[in-house]
Amino acid sequence: MSGLLFENISKHFGSVIAVQDVDLHLPHGRFVCFLGPSGCGKTTLLRLVAGLEPPSSGRILLDGEDITHTPAHKRNFGMVFQSLALFPHLTVGENIAYSLKIRGTERTEQARRTAELLELVQLPDMADRHIAQLSGGQRQRVAIARALAVDPRLFLLDEPLSALDAKLREEMQVELRMLQQRLGITTIVVTHDQREAMTMSDLVVVMGPDNRIHQVGPPLAIYRQPADTFVADFIGTSNLLPGTLSGRGEVSVRETRLKIGETPDDLAVGSQVSLSIRPENIIVRPGAIQGPNQLQGKVSFVRDVGSNVEIYLECQGLQLTSRSTPKGRPDLDQGDTATAELPPEACVVLTS
Amino acid sequence: MSTPLPRGFKAHLPFFYPALMLGIFFLVPFGTMVVISFFQRQVGGFYNPVFDPSNYRNLFTPLFGRVLIFSLFLSALSSAVCVGIGFPFTYFITRLRRRAQVIWMVFLLAVLSLSEVIIGFAWSLLLSRTAGITNILVWLGLMETAVSLVPGFGALLMGMCYIALPYTVLVLYPPLSRLDPHLPEAARTLGASPLKTFFTVIIGALRNTLVAVFIMAFVFLLGAYLLPQILGRPRHWTLSVLITDQALYQSNMPMAAAMAIFFMAVSLCLVGLTIYLGKSRPGGKAS
Amino acid sequence: MTALRNLFLGVVLCFLSAPLIVVGGVALNSKKMLLFPPKGLSLRWYEELFTASEWLIPVKNSLVIASGASLIALSVALPLAYFLWRYRVFYARLLFSLGMSPFILPPVITALGFLSFWVMAGFYGRMFATVISHAIFFVTLPLVTLSLGFESIDREIVEAAETMGADNTAVFRTVIFPMVRPYMLSGAAFTFVLSLNEYIVAYMVAGFTVETLPIKIFNSLRYGYTPVMAAVAVVFVLIAALIFGLIGRFGDLPKLLGAINPEE
Repeated sequence: MSGLLFENISKHFGSVIAVQDVDLHLPHGRFVCFLGPSGCGKTTLLRLVAGLEPPSSGRILLDGEDITHTPAHKRNFGMVFQSLALFPHLTVGENIAYSLKIRGTERTEQARRTAELLELVQLPDMADRHIAQLSGGQRQRVAIARALAVDPRLFLLDEPLSALDAKLREEMQVELRMLQQRLGITTIVVTHDQREAMTMSDLVVVMGPDNRIHQVGPPLAIYRQPADTFVADFIGTSNLLPGTLSGRGEVSVRETRLKIGETPDDLAVGSQVSLSIRPENIIVRPGAIQGPNQLQGKVSFVRDVGSNVEIYLECQGLQLTSRSTPKGRPDLDQGDTATAELPPEACVVLTS
Repeated sequence: MSTPLPRGFKAHLPFFYPALMLGIFFLVPFGTMVVISFFQRQVGGFYNPVFDPSNYRNLFTPLFGRVLIFSLFLSALSSAVCVGIGFPFTYFITRLRRRAQVIWMVFLLAVLSLSEVIIGFAWSLLLSRTAGITNILVWLGLMETAVSLVPGFGALLMGMCYIALPYTVLVLYPPLSRLDPHLPEAARTLGASPLKTFFTVIIGALRNTLVAVFIMAFVFLLGAYLLPQILGRPRHWTLSVLITDQALYQSNMPMAAAMAIFFMAVSLCLVGLTIYLGKSRPGGKAS
Repeated sequence: MTALRNLFLGVVLCFLSAPLIVVGGVALNSKKMLLFPPKGLSLRWYEELFTASEWLIPVKNSLVIASGASLIALSVALPLAYFLWRYRVFYARLLFSLGMSPFILPPVITALGFLSFWVMAGFYGRMFATVISHAIFFVTLPLVTLSLGFESIDREIVEAAETMGADNTAVFRTVIFPMVRPYMLSGAAFTFVLSLNEYIVAYMVAGFTVETLPIKIFNSLRYGYTPVMAAVAVVFVLIAALIFGLIGRFGDLPKLLGAINPEE
């Protein structure tokens, strides 16, 4: 099969498990993010792809070819490191042309390609500068240009934007995405920032503190249908309400029975579940309103950041967060009585 | 914290004591030596405080010239070999796990405690005919009979490398362990084999360090006094040997002082030249 | 590649340990001859080292000189390194370079300098002259370790202490001193070990009156072989291994030697 395939991959360092039981297929031409908290193994997984570490067990295949034991310098993947790892003793141009020089490419061709890449990353005529003279953002681009010099089959980036300040980071996210689309190159980015993953990727691979993959899928799909409580909590914010499945299409949370959209088939009535609902899907109205999927409570805090308003409610001992735009904001203050409506189709049932 | 300027006597206290000590016990002795080099020799004693520049004139003999050149050559060669071995060695050590590093470093520090005379003696045994390694080669069938490799230039070279190696490793250890580990990894992802990585990236990034260490080892080895006498023939005796000989056995301190100062001046010039040449090469500025 | 690396390390290991093995073997020889491999094993040379006065006196001398020199060298290096770290004024840097010089110069030159000085001062041949000469000769060592140590102090920690009311002295006593203490120890350890083995300065300054162990050994080598000198070497190596081994076991040796990155 074409694309990158991980077959039963595990990696441990001594007694420390970094990655376990990874079975993953990544098709070509996609922008993939390995997303997760620190220590979940996402960087290790990337390094396994690059060939910088051998897996403890399992195989890695690219377009059907087993590359598990191919050394790093033969894999022809371009990589951008978190520290950028630009060669301090070489100029910008020499850094970019490094891989070409290693292969014995002709001087004129090296110069041509270097100029081409500098254009691509919007740093024209910088070939003779020294690395020490560049700003953080500029170094970033040089690292990208260097990695792309040999038309790699895979483009790998390890937390590439973490050293940049917030505004620059957001700009670079868009630029990286556009670059990838323009070149059509299969790209894997490691990040702990889920906003970044949501912005840039076609496919998100969510890894958890247990060093396993929890969910793989397009960003919005993961957002709307998280596979478990970890994903629900890690991606965006979520309200997670503990309860029991009191019937098909119904979950009992505290004393209230809430109608829900979909029930997983294999779930038995009476099982412990978590109900997940996103803040922007909760409708808050002033006063105590009775009705299906209505939870009465009191406003404990209002956070208005200008672009959106968050209302924190306490309902029957549960904390609920709702979010709305300034236009849709209900007229409520701290201490007021309010009711939260949880629309059935926005409620997702999670078992773990 | 912008570093303030020290104000007042109390702030300068930590400065005065070392300044005093170094001034009295280093600058003054040094100055004394310069002064004495201009004095006249006193047979049977130390010196006559009479101004006599003939010592410096006497330096320009073929003998002195030959010994000077040989000393510089020997130090440079030994230093080059030592750094050539020590650099990759230290690099490998700094990539090992912590526990292994500590063991190696303790071992090196223990080797450091061997004095020049013991090292000389041990190597003279190791390279001798009766007890030396040539016996092993004979036993392996690679040689006919055991020979003595000492005294000789090769033996001396080996001894010099041995004595400078622990220092070289200790001086290379900080910069090599601080080297960004992602640099060689980046080179590998760009297609460079481990060997190519070592030469183009690691040596490249640490070019200035290499030069500095070479100079340090060079100057250090200039001071070898006992090794040339134990492992080398008289024609291998370096300037340090000659100087000590003049000072203590020929009772000609002024002459010895003159030789020492000249020796130092030449070495400093060489060091300065190396630094200058290093800076003027492209890329040599970036450190 | 790993195989090549291990081969290289192995060869260097053999190279470095060869003299150690030889010396160890010689020290065990049962006859009064410097033979390797030793013919017959005996510990009598170690016995002689620790009982015969002709050896005990040099041992005592060397230990006294080494201890004195380490303390004095430390006392000179600490304020200087502190001062330079605190105030980066040019005269501090100048003094620092001066402090680096004794060790960088060929020892014979420094020794000659000391000889001239003590002769002029009239103290040639006295033991304290050797102690001071060694202290100044080796001051470079604690200077280097301490500058590494000070460099490792995060200035923000000092600032935090200041905001909590500590003046210069208090900051030094409570923050800086504890943080550089391990580097003081390593600097003193280096000085001690090297002073024990130093020949030429000791010889020039007071060689005929104050016999240190290296002087005694070299004399032995010239005038009459005895395996006791090999026993001395073995003891020195063991002492060094012990001191540095302890530092390695209970301290952070890589950090003391200048590494920043913690091992992965």
